[in-house]
Amino acid sequence: MRGVHDRGGWPGAGPIDRAEHHLEDWERRTDAMVQLLSSPKKAVTRVDEIRRAIECLPLDQYEFLSYYEKWTSALETLMIEKGIVTRDEIERKVADLERKERGD
Amino acid sequence: MTGVTATFKPGDPVRVLTGSPPGHIRTPVYIRGKIGRVEALHGMFGNPESLAFGGDGLPKRSLYQVGFPQTELWERYTGSPRDTLYVDIYEHWLELA
Repeated sequence: MRGVHDRGGWPGAGPIDRAEHHLEDWERRTDAMVQLLSSPKKAVTRVDEIRRAIECLPLDQYEFLSYYEKWTSALETLMIEKGIVTRDEIERKVADLERKERGD
Repeated sequence: MTGVTATFKPGDPVRVLTGSPPGHIRTPVYIRGKIGRVEALHGMFGNPESLAFGGDGLPKRSLYQVGFPQTELWERYTGSPRDTLYVDIYEHWLELA
């Protein structure tokens, strides 16, 4: 079976979009978090685990999420898997931020 | 470069294994079963198939650069017959061809 990420010769994949794009702050933060957590000193996770978590995304999500959205999704999966944060804690934080954004 | 336990040497014809095990596999599907030629030994590295699931990646595996003629990979390839694709492949995915 072929993983969702294994795109060489994927029928109908079309050409690669090679346009440069501006990076948002959250994308830079995501990159920093991954670098920090996978640094030899912290060694909380590894690039191989990040890749595996991305490759496990369902096809529709893999197609839909942007590059760094895939990274944040992988970080979420791995930090829950390792017992560092819980799904509940993440959901509460997201709800909290959404409330703040709405100005409640 | 360590590579003391490397099985293959530059110039060796090798075939990529055809299995499709689940997990984190760094050998792309489109080269499985294809024949290429060892170009270089990169060295020994932790096995990503183990590292990806929190394992220690040991024993380390030899990683080779293998060259494949593009015409061997793509049926309707229209470029030069001398075009070559280079892929890094771990030893346990290769056999002598």
